[in-house]
Amino acid sequence: MNLNTESLIPRGPDGQPLAEGTWHIPSMLLKSPGLLALGTHLGALVDEGEPVVVLTPDLSYSNGLWAFRERHPDRFLQLGVSEQNSVSVAAGLATTGLRPYVTGFASFLALLCCEQIRTDLAYTRQPVRLVGHHAGIVFGFYGTSHHATEDIAIMRTIANMTVVAPADHVALGALMRAYRDHPLPVYFRMGRGREPIVYDEGDERIRPGKAVVHATGADLTIIATGTSVYPSLRAAEELRAAGHDVGVIDMHTIKPLDADAVLAAAERSRALMTVEEHNVLGGLGGAVAETLTEHGIGVPLMRHGVRDEYALIGPPTHLYRHYRLDGPGIAHEARAYLERITRDAR
Amino acid sequence: MTASEATSLTTSSELVERIRERARFVRLETVRLISIAKTGHYSSTFSCAEIMATLYYGVMRLKHGDPAWPDRDRFVMGKGHAAVGLYPILADHGFFDPALLDGYTRLGNPLGDHPDMTKVPGCDFSSGSLGHNLSVGLGMALGARMTGRDFNVYALLGDGELHEGQVWEAAAAAGHYGVGNLVAIVDRNGYCLDGKVDDIIAIEPLADRWRAFGWDVAEVDGHDVPALLETLLRIRDGARDRPTAVIAHTVKGKGVSFMERDFGWHLGWLAEQDEAAVIRELKDEK
Repeated sequence: MNLNTESLIPRGPDGQPLAEGTWHIPSMLLKSPGLLALGTHLGALVDEGEPVVVLTPDLSYSNGLWAFRERHPDRFLQLGVSEQNSVSVAAGLATTGLRPYVTGFASFLALLCCEQIRTDLAYTRQPVRLVGHHAGIVFGFYGTSHHATEDIAIMRTIANMTVVAPADHVALGALMRAYRDHPLPVYFRMGRGREPIVYDEGDERIRPGKAVVHATGADLTIIATGTSVYPSLRAAEELRAAGHDVGVIDMHTIKPLDADAVLAAAERSRALMTVEEHNVLGGLGGAVAETLTEHGIGVPLMRHGVRDEYALIGPPTHLYRHYRLDGPGIAHEARAYLERITRDAR
Repeated sequence: MTASEATSLTTSSELVERIRERARFVRLETVRLISIAKTGHYSSTFSCAEIMATLYYGVMRLKHGDPAWPDRDRFVMGKGHAAVGLYPILADHGFFDPALLDGYTRLGNPLGDHPDMTKVPGCDFSSGSLGHNLSVGLGMALGARMTGRDFNVYALLGDGELHEGQVWEAAAAAGHYGVGNLVAIVDRNGYCLDGKVDDIIAIEPLADRWRAFGWDVAEVDGHDVPALLETLLRIRDGARDRPTAVIAHTVKGKGVSFMERDFGWHLGWLAEQDEAAVIRELKDEK
């Protein structure tokens, strides 16, 4: 889809573009290919004849739906700063045969609207899609109000809900398409759209409910989701270079969890480690722990993520470093963990 | 139906009498069903008996026995706790087997205190959490526009429910988009759980509030069937470029003298002797 992005560029009093590097809300979109891709993916679904209607609570630039609105204004519904209303309106739209996608910051969509999602979408079995973007701590110094480190836990306890955290916008597109006809609600979790790309277009390993096994390893399997997949792959490279045999699994679908992939990893590896940009309680780590316990598997498991606390203020990359959620940080945590269990085993 | 036909129906004393009789049926069935559950929302249902009967027997476009007819008018209950009065109407329209009413709230029965659209044919949306269903109704009304259908959506709201902020999010959006096929009916019975709505948190000037959000407003005695019918038909058949709020002035517990005097009957149960007296009073009512 070719978009004329001229209108996104900030201009001075003479109408000329401002200096290179100057940015404002619309032009920020040009630096967020993942967000633009969200709009493009949705536009493609409309082109294919899907009865898609896209709702945004005053975030069409912040979530890239500008790209969708430009192309399909008749399928775009602006509802202003009213997330709860947006979710319930989507429920009503779905009853008329439309396929609504509600987009919003994960912090507000999943937390502020938790009850509307439970009562109006999940309980009523409405096939509404929720796209919670800027999930995790990527909002950095905007603070805890804008962080979402609880959303996976909340969404996965809601019956009838599917929870998906794609690693990049290629996987997002593939999984949005894969769940296109799913008759129940789906929560898609994404970052800020500037994540490094993990997958090539058309990668057939990305299938709903099936984890992608990037590598297997006898010492450790890292099970990561969403924005933590790319840094986990980098961490595994670092660990392998240091002589550790490390595997990596992308658990993009957290509910329903691919239990077979978890059990196979537990059989193959001496230890498991989950990595997520989320509280270690109730999210991917919780889901993996539940699966292992229910199957009577006693493999050591380390849940890595945000340790039941509110993140410090800081630029996102600094926060990732501080909380060891970047590649080197994950490798550091993994090494320390492997040393600890080796020592304990003696 | 044309406006003139509607007017002739409005003056039809037979239709008015039928609606009155069905409102009495709603109250009597409410008493019967609550006797099965041994708990229920008597007075909240009594205040909207004429409103529901007028909609379902005089205003809404429905097909008997076909609860999923795509062009039907929709009814969503913001105040889902009055569902006990809706179920007998839905069964009466052939949407489900009336025998289900006899097992109201019993294990595995589809009919609970609050309505569940996945279990109850004819229930256009689930309810129970106050404040949601004007938004849902707005979504349905917008969906009608987007899918090229021509149905109306009626949202019955409690006046206590208007304390919920989400109602006003929906009101603002409906006003902004001029959603003319959306009608909110406020059951203005004056009471919520803890007492008088306006003593707890005032909602007046209510008509001005709706107007300020871009809505047309009609005020009506919510127990006066000819007035309700005339008002709702006028809205249905009139110009439709704005949503309309109907403020229906009602009496909580209407029809049972001691309930009309005591807000505590929002929820309760009547032992056999008291229930018999209530039934006698409801049956004598004209």
